[in-house]
Amino acid sequence: MAGITLDPYRDRYAQRMQGMTASEIRALFAVANRPEVVSLAGGSPYTAALPLDAVGAMLADLVAERGPMALNYGPGQGDPRLREQICEVMAVEGIVASPEDVVVTVGSQQALDLVSRVFLDPGDIVLAEAPSYVGALGTFAAAQAEIRHVAMDDDGLIPEALEAALTRCTAEGQRAKFLYTVPNFHNPAGVSLAEERRDRILEICSAAGLLILEDNPYGLLGFDGEITRALRARSDEGVIYLGSFSKTFAPGFRVGWVYAPHATREKLVLASEAQVLCPPSFSQFAVSRYLETQPWQEQIKIFREVYRERRDALIEAMTAHFPNGCRWTTARGGFYSWITLPPGLHSKVMQPRALAERVAYVPGTGFYADGQGGEFMRLSYCFPPPDRIREGVRRLGAVIEEEIELLETFGRGRRVPPGPASAPGAAAPPPDLV
Amino acid sequence: MSESAAVAPTVDPDTRPAPPGRSDADLGRVLVLAGGLTYERDVSLRSGRRVVDALKAAGTEAILADADGELLGLLTVTSPSAVLIALHGGSGEDGAIRAVLECAGVPYVGTAPAASRLAFDKPSAKELIRRSGLSTPDWVAVPHTTFRELGANAVLDVIVARLGLPVMVKPAQGGSALGATAVHAPEDLPGAMVTCFSYGPTAVVERFVTGVEVAVSVVEVDGSGSAQALPPVEITPPSGNYDYTARYTAGETDFHVPARIDPAATRAVTELALAAHRILGLRDLSRTDAIVGEDGTVHFLEVNVSPGLTETSTLPMAAVAAGFDLGQLYQRLLAGAAQRR
Repeated sequence: MAGITLDPYRDRYAQRMQGMTASEIRALFAVANRPEVVSLAGGSPYTAALPLDAVGAMLADLVAERGPMALNYGPGQGDPRLREQICEVMAVEGIVASPEDVVVTVGSQQALDLVSRVFLDPGDIVLAEAPSYVGALGTFAAAQAEIRHVAMDDDGLIPEALEAALTRCTAEGQRAKFLYTVPNFHNPAGVSLAEERRDRILEICSAAGLLILEDNPYGLLGFDGEITRALRARSDEGVIYLGSFSKTFAPGFRVGWVYAPHATREKLVLASEAQVLCPPSFSQFAVSRYLETQPWQEQIKIFREVYRERRDALIEAMTAHFPNGCRWTTARGGFYSWITLPPGLHSKVMQPRALAERVAYVPGTGFYADGQGGEFMRLSYCFPPPDRIREGVRRLGAVIEEEIELLETFGRGRRVPPGPASAPGAAAPPPDLV
Repeated sequence: MSESAAVAPTVDPDTRPAPPGRSDADLGRVLVLAGGLTYERDVSLRSGRRVVDALKAAGTEAILADADGELLGLLTVTSPSAVLIALHGGSGEDGAIRAVLECAGVPYVGTAPAASRLAFDKPSAKELIRRSGLSTPDWVAVPHTTFRELGANAVLDVIVARLGLPVMVKPAQGGSALGATAVHAPEDLPGAMVTCFSYGPTAVVERFVTGVEVAVSVVEVDGSGSAQALPPVEITPPSGNYDYTARYTAGETDFHVPARIDPAATRAVTELALAAHRILGLRDLSRTDAIVGEDGTVHFLEVNVSPGLTETSTLPMAAVAAGFDLGQLYQRLLAGAAQRR
């Protein structure tokens, strides 16, 4: 007698969907969004700091003046005027770009997917920082790439570790397709690639013929107002640049871009047209009008101040409430601090206890493709106000203390039971928390 | 159909009388309680949405409500004829929400507070089952404070000496296999204990019994208060471990309704579920999880006073196999509850 399967198509799915299953982590995050819980998990920008009245009026004007166009299809490569404006934004980071080589995307997440579609075959090697942005890992995994992590420290990607990874590829007769890096105010590590390492990384990649995928959503959010020149600004070749308006304006519009060499750009446009026909016209027109009519650089200064105050609240609270043995990065921009727990603690195992105490974070394991990262967790300070951050950290400090006590009871050498085999992305937090 | 189907208890909904006094059709507005702040919030919301959809399809006005600060006000404003509790874990199963509903004079589907609290606590439920002469795998329930006071290694050594290996380590309260680990080697026991204690202060270490895993749901829908067992559902996760992923990913686990067990085992597991329902003082609906051992012995594992009602849950599966329309089943449960007002 045949049994009941609740999925009649189970034997028809593509191999790349293996491991895309329900996960405990996702289930636990269902609690994290409740107001009773202080969520230090989410990476959502503080959009309440936007001039919402002005944005509302701007959108009304857009519909009144350009409604028929804004509500219609548009070019697959993206709105020409917005592409020009994107070049003006990139110029702030020292990049001299042609609108012809910019492709507007549905957030930079679609850009990641397009690059993966254009460059990756199953089994290809992608080098990525350890840890790496969870959304990128999910995309590379969906392309069936083999992700190899490259170590970072407080100054970002370690050049010697990158060389070692390339040496290993050569020794195995393999070639990595590209290096994925978030050089500024890294998600999740909160660090930036040091100025003195930038040219070195470019040299290493150039010598090895390794393409760099530079993902830079936080580059304009440095708290000291100084803007580090992008890798793409230092090299006309070998760098594909991903940008986004999600952190400097609003993620709800889902507008990002990819700036790529001309030949690659053509392939990206074709891939994008096959995927979404064209990026959403209304969102593009809205962003374009925002850049045109609103003091967007002044708004970025407001965001910086909001986030700096919250970063300070987080760091002060961790100093006051976290037990000895915890270490953390102090971000000079962006949204995140990366916490190293005392030896033996496992952030994924500790997560239910934290939620019982009404505080949420993202376990470090979500930012590794290979199940590592249990000793880390990511705390976000971008969304909750400072008082909530302080309360959340106070709760979390008590949770860590309790976990240390358990650890002392059961011994530091204990093995953590392996969780179910989930693909990167499947065990990650949902989109509003990445 | 296998031979066992011939003896599997079935229900013909058409022959079931509606509860006296109030027909299923004039239930009026009902409220489905789902969400909450437990680890099973996501599962609960899935259960709740499914129930609301089924009730609406059957013509009943159903409102989905969370167990939060708005609830009591909502109950006052909406005046539901009855509440169906689809909360899993914590206050949804330990009797707390039920006690509040009773204080508020709102009838609800399910077991009363005191019996819920007892059934929700796995070692308490197992003890009552064992005292009734039914089989349940030997177990030890120990709070984490005891390990600290007496020394973890010494306590674990005593437990392993008593139960042997493999064992199942699970929180004394809670469901969906969260915090549960099958342990086959002694060196994995401390890690499993720490995982378990992240979900609650007390762990149950239970002798691992191999066999066929079955779930038997019990419902009371005929208006007379008599309990009816639905066909046993056999659960066959591919990895052998019915963990969270296997439970809630559609297609990850195969089910057989009725279970592929012999008629004697079918009778035994059905009687076990009905006995658990009776012994533990349960009401309206419950689900008993059991193992049919390789020697044919049926072992009680645990009982759920608020069983999963999601698209991958076994109670709806068994109800459909028994011929129920799910919307009508939930209507009947709610109508029965409304009689208690």
